[in-house]
Amino acid sequence: MPRTEKQIKDGLTLVDAINEALAQEMERDSRVVCLGEDVGLNGGVFRVTEGLQKRFGPDRVIDSPLSESGIMGTSIGLAMAGMRPVPEIQFEGFMGPAYDQLVNHAARFRNRTRGSLTVPLTVRVPWGGGIHAPEFHSDSPEAIYIHNPGMKVVCASTPTDAKGLLLSAIRDPDPVIFFEPKRVYRSYREQVPEEEYTIPLGKAKVLAEGTDVTMITWGANVFQCLEAIDQLPEDLSVELIDLRTLNPLDWDTVCASAEKTGRVVIVQEAAKTCSLASEIMATIMERCFLNLKAPVQRVCGFDTIMPYAKLELDYLPSPKIIVEATEQVAAY
Amino acid sequence: MPVRTAYQAKIEFLQILDEHGHYDAKLAPPGTEGVLTDEQAVFLYERMIECRRLDEIAFTLQRSGRMYTYPQNKGQEAAALGSGFAMRKGTDWLVPCYRENAALFLHGLPMHLVFLHWMGDERGNAIPAGVNVTPIAIPIGTQMLHATGMAWAFKMRKDDRCVITYFGDGATSEGDFHEAMNFATTFNVPAIFFCQNNQWAISVPREQQMASETVAQKALAYGAQCVQVDGNDIFAVYKATYDARERARAGGGVTLIEAVTYRLGDHTTADDARRYRNSEEVEAWQSKDPLIRLRKFITAKGLWDDAKQAAIEEKAKAMVAEVVKKSEGIEKPSTDEMFNFLYAQIPEELRKQRDTLRTHSLGLDPAQAGLRAGSH
Repeated sequence: MPRTEKQIKDGLTLVDAINEALAQEMERDSRVVCLGEDVGLNGGVFRVTEGLQKRFGPDRVIDSPLSESGIMGTSIGLAMAGMRPVPEIQFEGFMGPAYDQLVNHAARFRNRTRGSLTVPLTVRVPWGGGIHAPEFHSDSPEAIYIHNPGMKVVCASTPTDAKGLLLSAIRDPDPVIFFEPKRVYRSYREQVPEEEYTIPLGKAKVLAEGTDVTMITWGANVFQCLEAIDQLPEDLSVELIDLRTLNPLDWDTVCASAEKTGRVVIVQEAAKTCSLASEIMATIMERCFLNLKAPVQRVCGFDTIMPYAKLELDYLPSPKIIVEATEQVAAY
Repeated sequence: MPVRTAYQAKIEFLQILDEHGHYDAKLAPPGTEGVLTDEQAVFLYERMIECRRLDEIAFTLQRSGRMYTYPQNKGQEAAALGSGFAMRKGTDWLVPCYRENAALFLHGLPMHLVFLHWMGDERGNAIPAGVNVTPIAIPIGTQMLHATGMAWAFKMRKDDRCVITYFGDGATSEGDFHEAMNFATTFNVPAIFFCQNNQWAISVPREQQMASETVAQKALAYGAQCVQVDGNDIFAVYKATYDARERARAGGGVTLIEAVTYRLGDHTTADDARRYRNSEEVEAWQSKDPLIRLRKFITAKGLWDDAKQAAIEEKAKAMVAEVVKKSEGIEKPSTDEMFNFLYAQIPEELRKQRDTLRTHSLGLDPAQAGLRAGSH
């Protein structure tokens, strides 16, 4: 689909970029089908699949029954029988019913059959808080899926990354969970290459190079961190890492930066305990112990249930808290 | 305004060969479609014997500590074989539970792989290319969605293949059964849902599992065809599955077949069914054993005699010995096997973990274990 004038002038949103990636991949590979609740005629509740059914037909952009385990389980069958399904779970809070199929089946077929049956599917999931959505619509469950082996987990924060990472995910021979930060869906635009391109899974991006403090994050918090860096004193040199792929994680980039700065702040939306931030801290401690100049600091959600909209911004890491944490680590 | 009937249905029960070996030629005229020939009946009887002997040996292997757990198939051979035989080998797909060994063997799965699986070895699930079966499914009911997705893919690709999926009566209480039936019928995929209603889900009897009179009627809620068959009657099972397969191929929809059968053994070797069911019930079903009635039938037709029985028993014994030898003769997998099949390409972190296990330094970071990235 040709880009609109606004898209040409102001760039693409995350929604636009994912939509374009899906369209280009469906064009390129007839095995790719999208399925999920309301993804067809309605174009998805976030309009990520807008126009795709009109273009590719209802047999390739499929309005499925309201049935998360069904969506995930049939996608496994589709994938095993030679298709490249891209199911959507409408919100991360609805992944519960699909959990069994995802973790116990999609993630295990290759291993349990010693490679004779494989499940190349990419499940797209709108993820995270910050848009004042109802309950069960704002969670950050990535740690659960990182903890379980056999799947890859991606969280793209920018339109350009989203397009390239999604194309890599769909072409990947293994199941991939593709988390899409809702808060970024329409809040940020940038110029995105029109042609198809891939960004390798498992590679973090250093958004800003620095020498004093390493800031590690993913998803919508990339923008909170950028804001925090703007507010920090100019003579504090911050290195900002956007992980992009959460499993497999780019430990080389993380540890090289931690070794260089000796001071690390990890920022995530998810609750603190047993989270990805915990794992990053542990690994930095294991591998970079002698380089550390300060205890690694975490800025996380709290170990509470994600509050409803009114308290949402009190729960989520804010630039102000990130600034405080960074200053503490820098001054230690 | 009179109340009108919005929906009405009946559930048919099909039995062609009864427990005394009487054959209803009106229901299944020999020589017609979907009816087993004499030759096929003998062939399938021989496979039944083989499977029964294999089952018995698996049980003794477990009891002597040579196999970890094993779910006996005893008593359900007609259901597995009759349905499996109706599916086209190398074309259609079987998505089983764990009491359909005979059907899997019929479709080319090497028998020792099933033993390997229950001996705690993933290589038992390494299905050879060209054998269209998915691995034994342990969690209950999840495989029905995979079968539905596969059938859906074949429909999308205009590939003339059907999929049959197996499950028990207990599995129909799982959400995945309903989600699979709903997807399968909504998208009209070439799938057959084959329920081996063996009356017991471990210790819970069928009537405590559901309030519906039959399992078959659950199909009505989803707009699927359905039929209840005598699951110990291989003629009825074959005919119902054959008809369902032809219907599916013609785009005529999904069929739920309820095969009424009985689990003559325990749930698995870890179970003792005497704790929850009485011996009278078991004895009553023993007389309905599918092997007994098929033998009666082929004997009465002059197709079978004691000499042939002795010969197949001898053959089965040798075959089973070979399977045991093959499954026990394989070396323990290397610890690398834990890591090598998680992803198409092993991630760096996993590679390091694999290497630490090689040096018996489990839990240590490779750097601390004296290993450096890239050294292996």
